[in-house]
Amino acid sequence: MNIIVCLKQVPATTEVKMNKETNTLIRENNESIINPFDTYAVEEGLCIKDEHGGKVTALSMGMPFVADLLKETIALGVDEGVLLSDRAFAGADTLATSYALSMGVKKLGQYDLIICGKQATDGDTAQVGPSLAEKLGIPHTTYVRKIEEIREGYIRCQRMTEDGYEVIEMPLPAIITVVKEINEPRLPSIKNMMRAKKAVVSILTAEDVGADIEKCGLKGSPTQVVQTFVPVHNVNSEMIEGEPEEQAKKLVEKLLSMHFEKAV
Amino acid sequence: MAEIKIVTEKCIGCKLCVSACPFSAIEVEEKKAVILDNCTLCGVCVSSCKFDAIDFQKDETQSTVDISSYNGVWVFAEQKDGVPNGVALELLGEGRKLADTLQSPLSAVLLGENVGETAKQLIAHGADNVYLVDHPSLKNFIDESYADIFAQLIETYKPEIVLLGATTYGRSLGPRVSSRISTGLTADCTKLEIDDERKILLQTRPAFGGNLMATIICPNHRPQMSTVRPKVMKAMEPDSSRLGNIITPNVKIPENLKTKVLEVVSTLTEMVNLTEADIIVSGGRGMGDPKNFALLEDLARVLGGAVGASRAAVDAGWIEYSHQVGQTGKTVGPKVYFACGISGAVQHLAGMSSSDTIIAINKNPDAPIFNIATFGIVGDVLQVIPALISEFKTQLG
Ligand SMILES: Cc1cc2nc3c(=O)[nH]c(=O)nc-3n(C[C@H](O)[C@H](O)[C@H](O)COP(=O)(O)OP(=O)(O)OC[C@H]3O[C@@H](n4cnc5c(N)ncnc54)[C@H](O)[C@@H]3O)c2cc1C
Ligand SMILES: Nc1ncnc2c1ncn2[C@@H]1O[C@H](COP(=O)(O)O)[C@@H](O)[C@H]1O
Repeated sequence: MNIIVCLKQVPATTEVKMNKETNTLIRENNESIINPFDTYAVEEGLCIKDEHGGKVTALSMGMPFVADLLKETIALGVDEGVLLSDRAFAGADTLATSYALSMGVKKLGQYDLIICGKQATDGDTAQVGPSLAEKLGIPHTTYVRKIEEIREGYIRCQRMTEDGYEVIEMPLPAIITVVKEINEPRLPSIKNMMRAKKAVVSILTAEDVGADIEKCGLKGSPTQVVQTFVPVHNVNSEMIEGEPEEQAKKLVEKLLSMHFEKAV
Repeated sequence: MAEIKIVTEKCIGCKLCVSACPFSAIEVEEKKAVILDNCTLCGVCVSSCKFDAIDFQKDETQSTVDISSYNGVWVFAEQKDGVPNGVALELLGEGRKLADTLQSPLSAVLLGENVGETAKQLIAHGADNVYLVDHPSLKNFIDESYADIFAQLIETYKPEIVLLGATTYGRSLGPRVSSRISTGLTADCTKLEIDDERKILLQTRPAFGGNLMATIICPNHRPQMSTVRPKVMKAMEPDSSRLGNIITPNVKIPENLKTKVLEVVSTLTEMVNLTEADIIVSGGRGMGDPKNFALLEDLARVLGGAVGASRAAVDAGWIEYSHQVGQTGKTVGPKVYFACGISGAVQHLAGMSSSDTIIAINKNPDAPIFNIATFGIVGDVLQVIPALISEFKTQLG
């Protein structure tokens, strides 16, 4: 079984603090990590390989240093890392990202399953998986929490919904995006860590994958960010004092005076 | 090609842009900002600069479409067994305002089986037109067929704006459709407005786990598409005397679908769906023990609400993951949110900070949750919650 896992580099923490005077962000940690949801995608790829054999390729579009993050996945057991890196890819929105990834996937050749994370923690869009499936003309299922069965040309999986789950069957090749519930990522093994040390991640440019520059990066992105700001939580917090019974009484009174009973 | 440049004459080396950059791609050297190679051209720094010292040259993406031929606001009317979901009605309420501002019609797109009656409901909630595709194969939501039909409708009728709920289905269908017709899609918006001058849609959404808000436009492609977070927009009071057209468009129903839905299972232990609940009672590690979650269930029952949880409580195995609220769980926006024994980590806040009224119960007066709480109670959850339950019972009868 040939599996491609798509992973993205994200800032290590979204825990940005606000500089109240200047209304800007203060970031305390500049590290980059693999998008946490993508670690479940990697693990799921490895589990399928453990059971059915085959090959797992980690694919990312990003800055040259992302090659090191791809090596981290090789230390986990991934066979090969491929990085799409080119100035032309910069500033891509989800449409341009999925276009570039689709060209990368086509370059890699034959595959059975592509696994993405549910969403990336920087933008939280969850759009690249379905959009990539469309660009490749293959079916997809989002929010997969379990693969019930996978074999040549066929996958049956559970998709998480708001009130439960659905069992969905698709022919392969297909794309799934996975949620945290699906597995528990493994730790690197000594043997694979040695392999990762020596591994060379192939770095491909837009030209290498035959991508149309007009459809890449900022140029190929229909959406544009026009403004960013730090949200102000305009709350006048009110502390309610007293013994528990008193506090309960006062709180209920306040809620009822706010026409809370309408909600009830 | 697009580029960002520092206008060195204007830059005073104040470092505002350095802290604004989400990617740590700016440094100050010799009192001037320098943009590093890992810049992704996101443009966040531009608005942070108080001195106009950052010049962002975007290449205007060429319009491939005749924008003026697109007209009207569309809402995807997600439904289950003929019942439209809350966010579909909220989007009709919001869509009505946008359509009125643009002086164009508001339409709902309704796909399903035996959903004719639902169409009338959508008109009562503000739609001028309902594009109704009623077919047995559309009983369950399937990306493949829904996306195919939706794209056909957009290509035929050319709406200017398309809104979908940021639900499991909406966030799967939206990107599939926008990718097919190569237009932009802004995820999980919390605010929509029409720009007075350019008459384009301003889409505002949280990023970085809610720590940053971004306003996004889609100037040169049509339709302008967004998914919108449930519980943020307001539905209209339904008016069954409203008039509207039910249109049954001529579409090709996809046959021989590759994807099959074999089973639909509901696992929620309580009746209320977390993302649709008006009242949520959530518990964290401070509940101390799984059996204390029964208290939360009691309070939720008295109020007709749902039970939520922090990740710490879920990781401890006290409650199922489907109840988790936060960045890696569900995003909720109820009228009232009780945070019981929850410290208020930023990842938790990302999922609930848009709630109308937040009540925090925590024994630590310095817990960050109090910073965003409307009402704060410093105390032991095991004493305060039972007192609340009995007080509500007395007052609500
Ligand atoms: C990538 C990532 C994603 C994450 N996603 C999420 C997410 O989706 N949702 C989420 O919730 N978290 C998420 N987290 C975890 C988050 O950072 C916090 O660890 C978590 O929210 C803490 O849960 P808590 O508030 O229940 O526990 P704690 O932080 O341990 O807080 C317990 C609180 O209970 C109070 N307390 C203790 N006993 C009592 C008592 N008897 N009476 C009253 N108060 C009491 C304490 O004072 C304390 O404030 C994520 C973390 C990461 C790194
Ligand atoms: N630049 C990228 N390179 C590789 N995979 C990506 C990239 N961006 C997004 N993805 C994949 O798409 C998923 C959803 O990302 P997003 O739509 O950005 O929330 C991620 O979890 C990744 O699996």
